[in-house]
Amino acid sequence: MADEEFSVIPGLAKREPGTQGQTHSSATPWVPDRAARARNDDVGAILGLLSSVPDPEIPCVSVLDLGIVREVSEARVIITPTYTGCPATTAIEQSIRRALDDSGFANVAIETTLSPPWSTDWITEAGREKLRAYGIAPPPKGANAASLKNAQAPECPRCGSFNTEELSRFGSTPCKALWRCRACAEPFDRFKCH
Amino acid sequence: MAKTVSPLFTYALRLGDDSLIAGQRLSEWCGHAPALEVDLSLANVALDQIGQATHFLNLAGAIEGKRRDGDALAFRRDVMDFTNCLLVEQPNGDFAQTIARQFLFSHYQALLFAGLAAVKDERFAAIAAKALKEVTYHATLASDWVVRLGDGTEESRARMIASLDWMWRFTDELFTMDDIDAAAIKAGAGIDKAALKSAWDQRIDTVLADATLGRPAARRPVLGGRAGRHSEHLGHLLSEMQFLQRAYPGATW
Repeated sequence: MADEEFSVIPGLAKREPGTQGQTHSSATPWVPDRAARARNDDVGAILGLLSSVPDPEIPCVSVLDLGIVREVSEARVIITPTYTGCPATTAIEQSIRRALDDSGFANVAIETTLSPPWSTDWITEAGREKLRAYGIAPPPKGANAASLKNAQAPECPRCGSFNTEELSRFGSTPCKALWRCRACAEPFDRFKCH
Repeated sequence: MAKTVSPLFTYALRLGDDSLIAGQRLSEWCGHAPALEVDLSLANVALDQIGQATHFLNLAGAIEGKRRDGDALAFRRDVMDFTNCLLVEQPNGDFAQTIARQFLFSHYQALLFAGLAAVKDERFAAIAAKALKEVTYHATLASDWVVRLGDGTEESRARMIASLDWMWRFTDELFTMDDIDAAAIKAGAGIDKAALKSAWDQRIDTVLADATLGRPAARRPVLGGRAGRHSEHLGHLLSEMQFLQRAYPGATW
């Protein structure tokens, strides 16, 4: 059943079953849209709302796609920042607040947690596809084990070539680096492994 | 009665002040760096540092319990109340000097946060674990530039050597321990910084070898930042950073 798939907050090892009684495997990618459709309770409604709250700097992905929502209950939404200094953190909280208020969830609190620290491994498969379609090379999985030097060249999100080179270790936001494709000569953003 | 200041307040304050001043210094490059690539890098590193400072200073304020948050601690203290190490307040100078400062400091932060991420006090551990990923990236970035400049042209090499030579005298302070450190360790919130020195030496030496540079000659260490004895430079930095709150106390928007 779909029940087994939607309870996973990406990267969270084990959530207590709670009232839903669902179980999950951490290997199963979480599909938020499906999760929202499959549930009729408040948590489902909140998840549905969150799946349409975009990241302010990379609007092609939602806060759920990015894996920055750590827990959702009828009482609260817990989020975690991507980078300690990410200027989008406040904007994200405000967008979520507005979405909740507009749908009658003014009583749902938003809390922030730092631990465990966010990892790009928590970006969902759907999120990765959206990034690619948007022109941003998604980060490889295994961020925690991988070297931050980005030893492997990413695939160009435009032409698919792996013949790419790093232009700048930092890009237009803290979470991205600037790369160039040698095959199609287009520059592109790469979501950094974090 | 004598006022008692919690050692954990001071401990968090020192961590926050280090990051804040390092971040403020780096942000002075924004729009002035030698190349766009470098401008982006330094501004992003600055952003991470200021983010870390926000967390540590908010924590310090919470420990103190006098309704001071991170902003109050950053913008409404005078120079002698700052507890940052002297290394981070050193002026940017030329690009090599900025890189030398960041290189020495980021490798220290990487080791420090790796240690702090494992302390019992979850408030300190959580910030450190989060920041560790960021400073690891900074250390790599700075190391790459040390190699590029050190093993670069005659000019870049000479500047890199001179910069490391200047910054070196401020590195002993990073590993100096005092009563605050001892109290923080006892409370499960701190680590033995002196014990990080050999690992730091090894990291620095490895990069310097890559850069075909030798280690700078030993200098008489310059200390005092932790006790609020700063160089003239910090006052100038604060006058810019704190301008708005000095001119319009309590302003918000």
